[in-house]
Amino acid sequence: MRNYKSYRLLNERITYLLDRRAMRVFGVLLLVTGALIIFSTGLGEMKINPLDVFKVFFGGGTEMERLVVQTFRLPRIMVALLAGMGLAAAGGILQGMIRNPLASPDMLGITSGASVAVVAFLAFFSDKNHSLTVSIHWMPVAAFAGASVVAFLVYLLAWKNGVSPIRLVLIGIGVMSLMKALTTMMMVLGPIYQTSQANIWIIGTVYGSTWKNVAILAPWTISFLLIAFIYARNVNVQELGDDVAMGLGERVQKQRFILLLVSTALIAGSVAFAGGISFIGLMAPHMARRLVGPGFGALLPVSALLGGIMIMGADLVGRMLFSPLEIPAGVFTASIGAPYFIYLLYKTRNS
Amino acid sequence: MLLKNTGQKWLGFLIAIIILLFLMCASIVYGYTDTTWSTAIDAFVNFNGSNEHIVIESVRLPRSLIAAAVGASLAIAGVLMQTLTRNPLASPDILGVNAGAGAAVVVAVTVFGNSNLELFTWLSFLGAAVASVSVYAVGSIGREGLTPMKLTLAGAAITAMFASITQGVLVLSEAVLEEVLFWLAGSVAGRKLENLTAVLPYLAAGWIFSLLLTAKLNVLSMGEDVAKGLGVNTGLLKIGIGAIIIMLSGGAVAIAGPIGFIGIVIPHLARSIVGMDHRWVIPYSGVLGGVLLLLADISSRYIIMPQEVPVGVMTAIIGTPFFIYIARKGFNRQ
Repeated sequence: MRNYKSYRLLNERITYLLDRRAMRVFGVLLLVTGALIIFSTGLGEMKINPLDVFKVFFGGGTEMERLVVQTFRLPRIMVALLAGMGLAAAGGILQGMIRNPLASPDMLGITSGASVAVVAFLAFFSDKNHSLTVSIHWMPVAAFAGASVVAFLVYLLAWKNGVSPIRLVLIGIGVMSLMKALTTMMMVLGPIYQTSQANIWIIGTVYGSTWKNVAILAPWTISFLLIAFIYARNVNVQELGDDVAMGLGERVQKQRFILLLVSTALIAGSVAFAGGISFIGLMAPHMARRLVGPGFGALLPVSALLGGIMIMGADLVGRMLFSPLEIPAGVFTASIGAPYFIYLLYKTRNS
Repeated sequence: MLLKNTGQKWLGFLIAIIILLFLMCASIVYGYTDTTWSTAIDAFVNFNGSNEHIVIESVRLPRSLIAAAVGASLAIAGVLMQTLTRNPLASPDILGVNAGAGAAVVVAVTVFGNSNLELFTWLSFLGAAVASVSVYAVGSIGREGLTPMKLTLAGAAITAMFASITQGVLVLSEAVLEEVLFWLAGSVAGRKLENLTAVLPYLAAGWIFSLLLTAKLNVLSMGEDVAKGLGVNTGLLKIGIGAIIIMLSGGAVAIAGPIGFIGIVIPHLARSIVGMDHRWVIPYSGVLGGVLLLLADISSRYIIMPQEVPVGVMTAIIGTPFFIYIARKGFNRQ
């Protein structure tokens, strides 16, 4: 027990056992996140040094600096952080629930459902001159609806005296192919500039985020992260397999439904504001597992922070690399994520 | 199994071929430019340079031939993959082979422009090869070896990887996006006869070799240990099958883009008609694959006339319910 420290609060009504190593990792990651937020705020077309960024945070700095930091950079950094946390946490939940390290939010078709909805939104709410007839601010709503509908559909189709992880994944993959086909069809039939707009959304970007987005996404993501944290022990039990879980008195189907609901909510929120950024849900939980082991209580927060760091980093690189041209963050998460993923599989082949 | 004895199977095969030929002709006759059967015959017997005749000779004929060839190739590739991996959901699209070839072609268009057919074909093969080897490798690492679940997930992950590469390239270049978008959806329209002739030797080789291997495939489908016990060099056989799969699906993608679900629907359909014997399953799959893609292509012209739905979308709409049906039924069938 040397590696753990127990906390007892309110006359031992709330007790918690904390892994010291996980706490250390979490602390370091928290510092990295904070540092990245400050650096990322300072870098871009207009460079502001970290000290001045601090000043701006507390109301100092020049008018121009305040405008750039508060109106343009901070909201998108916040959205990147929150979306990354949501995707990474959801990925962790799904990998535990499905008991396979290859599972990810992209693979249940949830992200692709959001893509169809967004492309359909762009296609159906355009008039003859190809300008949108409703405000673009409704696009996250469309994405959210698409993600939820597809998640529900996959769950329903996988139901056969309860859902098994295998059926969930397989049907998710099938539905995903259909959604991809529908997305492509609508992109083919629409005008080309709209197509490229949709394509940028599909690969994922936090460009043009506003405080309004943050105000919606922050409470949503944080509350579902908390729920996921409370349910952490259920993920641990699910990871043991259905028989063991049942033997431990777990109501497997009910818990599975709740966990799926939580991860869908997290994914839907993230893709609504950051688009279909891929591989975060796959990579972050893997890295977290290598840092703090498979216990979900420690895995979840570490994985969430890693996800946030990765999207913020990808966004920063996208802003800086070909400045003033902006590359969508999703391009980098994918191009780093794919090879990393293969390397990871190779490394962990016997575990 | 619908057809019990050899006589019935030959008869069924004959009927399937007649349907295929009929659909190939129908694909030449029906479409946006209204033509009749007699104009179509005229166009070949005495060509007079009229608009209809030109449409028939330069647009419809290649399209019909390409649909038949691509459909057959994808279906046979599906049979081979299902036998090789002992996974009823294996097919070129689910296991990421189509995505690999697709990404390679998109990169090729970006770097070299849309001109060199020979190069296209080879890069498509290369993409298919990289994807299939990585899926196989990723799917079989770990202690349990190649389980259907791991393989399918590996396929989905590799597909996601190549799809991201494709999308990343397309985000960077709107011009390329415009050029390849229709191709990327999977389509047999707007291709020239040269596109087919560039790839046809590889496809034909794939068909012939898979027909020659049918007896060995039967042995392999009994399990690798049994096959080894019966004196089959399974390592060599697997590599051979892999090469054929790469030729067939890489070639199909090079002409028609990543068309999905043919490779999964048709092998199952063929098996339900003629049973498990590959000597029948392979030829039936080839013919029925052509039939399905022709049907999908002809109907894709009429759904939102005058525009066309990419045929890959049609096959996905037909194929998804079928895929879900098999996934629900589970893996324990064989």
